[in-house]
Amino acid sequence: MAENKTVILKIKRQPNPNVRPHWEEFELPSRSGMNVISSLMEIAANPVTREGKATTPITYDSNCLEEVCGSCAMLINGRARMACSALVDKLEQPIRLEPFSKFPVVRDLAVDRSVLFENLKAVKAWVPIDGSYDLGSGPRMTMQEQEEAYPLSRCISCCCCMEACPQFNEDTGFVGAATISQVRLFNTHPTGAALKRERLVALMGDGGIQECGYAQNCVEVCPKDIPLTRSIAEVGGDVMKQAIGDLFRK
Amino acid sequence: MTPMPAPYRPGKDRVRQEIQNEMASIPKIIVIGGGLAGLSAVIKIAEMGGHVDLFSIVPVKRSHSVCAQGGINAAKNLKGEGDSTWQHFDDTVYGGDFLANQPPVKAMCEAAPGIIDLLDRMGVPFNRTPEGLLDFRRFGGTLFNRTAFAGATTGQQLLYALDEQVRRYESEGKVRKFEHWEFLSAVLDSNRVCRGICAMDLRSMDVRAFPADAIIIATGGNGAIFGRSTNSVVCTGSAQSALYQQGCYYANGEFIQVHPTCIPGEDKLRLMSESARGEGGRVWVPKAPGDKRDPKSIPQNERWYFLEEWYPKYGNLVPRDIATRAIHKVVYEHNLGIDGKPMVYLDLTHVDRKVLDRKLEGILEIYEKFVGDDPRATPMKIFPGMHYTMGGLWVDFTQATNVPGIYAAGECEYQYHGANRLGANSLVSCIFGGFIAGPTAVNYARNLKATPSNGYFDTERKRQEENNATLMKSDGTENPFKLWRQLGDLMTKNCTVIRYNKNLQQTDAELCKLMERFRHINLSDRTQWANTSVVFARQLYNMLQLARVIAQGAGLRDESRGAHYKPDFPERDDKQWLKTTKATFAADADEPKFEFEPVDVSLIPPRPRRYDAVK
Repeated sequence: MAENKTVILKIKRQPNPNVRPHWEEFELPSRSGMNVISSLMEIAANPVTREGKATTPITYDSNCLEEVCGSCAMLINGRARMACSALVDKLEQPIRLEPFSKFPVVRDLAVDRSVLFENLKAVKAWVPIDGSYDLGSGPRMTMQEQEEAYPLSRCISCCCCMEACPQFNEDTGFVGAATISQVRLFNTHPTGAALKRERLVALMGDGGIQECGYAQNCVEVCPKDIPLTRSIAEVGGDVMKQAIGDLFRK
Repeated sequence: MTPMPAPYRPGKDRVRQEIQNEMASIPKIIVIGGGLAGLSAVIKIAEMGGHVDLFSIVPVKRSHSVCAQGGINAAKNLKGEGDSTWQHFDDTVYGGDFLANQPPVKAMCEAAPGIIDLLDRMGVPFNRTPEGLLDFRRFGGTLFNRTAFAGATTGQQLLYALDEQVRRYESEGKVRKFEHWEFLSAVLDSNRVCRGICAMDLRSMDVRAFPADAIIIATGGNGAIFGRSTNSVVCTGSAQSALYQQGCYYANGEFIQVHPTCIPGEDKLRLMSESARGEGGRVWVPKAPGDKRDPKSIPQNERWYFLEEWYPKYGNLVPRDIATRAIHKVVYEHNLGIDGKPMVYLDLTHVDRKVLDRKLEGILEIYEKFVGDDPRATPMKIFPGMHYTMGGLWVDFTQATNVPGIYAAGECEYQYHGANRLGANSLVSCIFGGFIAGPTAVNYARNLKATPSNGYFDTERKRQEENNATLMKSDGTENPFKLWRQLGDLMTKNCTVIRYNKNLQQTDAELCKLMERFRHINLSDRTQWANTSVVFARQLYNMLQLARVIAQGAGLRDESRGAHYKPDFPERDDKQWLKTTKATFAADADEPKFEFEPVDVSLIPPRPRRYDAVK
């Protein structure tokens, strides 16, 4: 590696939600194995812009730094992805960092993604167990059933799929792929299926599954390779069946 | 669908809450930390009719438990090996080099099979056998297949299952979450009884006091004291340190687990789970120093499988302290690190790809993404890294600290792992600890006599606001993030794998200097909104205080036991040191004071711990 190589980052800054964003550039010495998070840490230890102007450390969400907690999602060179696994060597420079555009900005690269957790509440994304006391073992499950459920259960709630989705916006109120995929996960669990109808009903109507425009951006950006479009197709079919069934039962 | 959640209305919601509490005298518990221990406590409290305010720096679903990979131990004996909860208990006590009080460890091992069943009922996608039963694999420090697992992301799956149940209670109004809030201190009354907490909104930077009948601390480990570790960013030990400075005992601080197999990194050390060895992974180095050949091309007889040679019975699955010291020895004494660097091979290339994908995909993916090599095709390069905090807040067998009204569960307390934790025991200890702490806190709350609040809350809140103001005003020259790097380097060098008294004394002196420099801090950010600098500076101060407990505790303990190894005192010394270290904060001197408590070894008499022979 060349001795004097540097990394240039262009970061969209916004001190608080009530002011307009601006851009700042930083130049850091390049080291092998750098990722976007280690670059942001470097800036915190020496918060000076490329022009030599003193500034504040960048505010961003992060925690595990191994792409499993879902915290550090942002737009990196325009793409929704996790900052910890974005290796500097593999990125085109200058590296452009921006907060997600479809969630309220808290400060700099940190946004408020609590909407996903509210959606998970709305679709009752849990297995309704009787209690936490000792009630014996769980339902038997084949290896194949486990292998279907496990990938869905690896969703890290990063919201990349929602950011990338053209339908996810204030006009549609679309719930987004992550929540729909969780519906599939819980509806296929033997005990979780007890709430299947309620979950499907929650996905009917405005903002529900019908808002999906099949752009397939979700599956493309998902850092965990979750089969989101398949989840949407399967749950979509179930919602349709449920809606028709409900119609005839009225 | 609601596109955005309704904003929280502090005034209105609090009034409603107070009316509710008065009507039914519902126990009101504050839980701090939303990992496995905290969420387990929340579930029990909600189930018992209590109300919980749950505080967490990050949304609870992003807590550090999510990083646990390999699995969770329970002696279900589903492999026809004759495993039993007593065996699990014996392995845990022996693995911990007899430093853990035995009755709670026994209780945990007995509860473990029931905990697995519960998790299974909650929908954790555990790997299955062809018959559809739970599959189990082997982990370090045991000869039994005792570890249930969900791929190699078991912690994530467990955390999600508990998170989902807590979300259900939240939607029923039994739990109120305060995410993006940081615990600052306990509110103590004039009798030193805990009446609530002070916490800071990490967005508005507001400091507020919250009343509660009891509080449960479940804030995890303190990896950040060592700079880079396998821990998450939030694992600073700040909450434990704050409570220690308020009068809680801190126990066995000197016991720090260094995990043998981590991927070295710029920003953190990423864990490569013990399950890689549980599924057949082998650790080796080329026999020739500085061998530059592609590892795949090095013939078997030119490789040194040193763990298998030194520990024929346990092989690659010796406990972590043993494997870590062995790797250190090979790298620093035999000078056989790969390419002369501090690294050894962890090799999975002989294992069937399908098996690897089914059982280890999560961790192989981490290696692939962060290093760029496919570990199915090339041996991984790994080195030991700080991983787990065995010590922590002192608690009794009911998870109560010495301060009435403060309970602790999970990695932030010291109870279950003695001098070294066995792999896959942390998840079970977190859940078990939370299941004990929750009900204990509720029962305490039910018997608590109400006292009129007279000013403790305001006093504590003002104290914390003044702390913030002092930091904001300080116009020295020290950058907190740079100070932190120096702290991490110092602690990693002198307080991890190998410890010398001279270095430990120097470390404490250096820590005092860092604390002095902290007084000349300069925050580059003085704004009042989502200011991460002031938050980090507060954490750093608490890290420095706790680092002294670790360094001084290590200095005092002149023996070698589990993860604590002193070449000048290479043997375990039960006569002098079969004791729990308890540190208390002497506020006037601004330093720790130590006392020692005998260990309860009433169930299994201590015996020499040797993994080169059958125990």
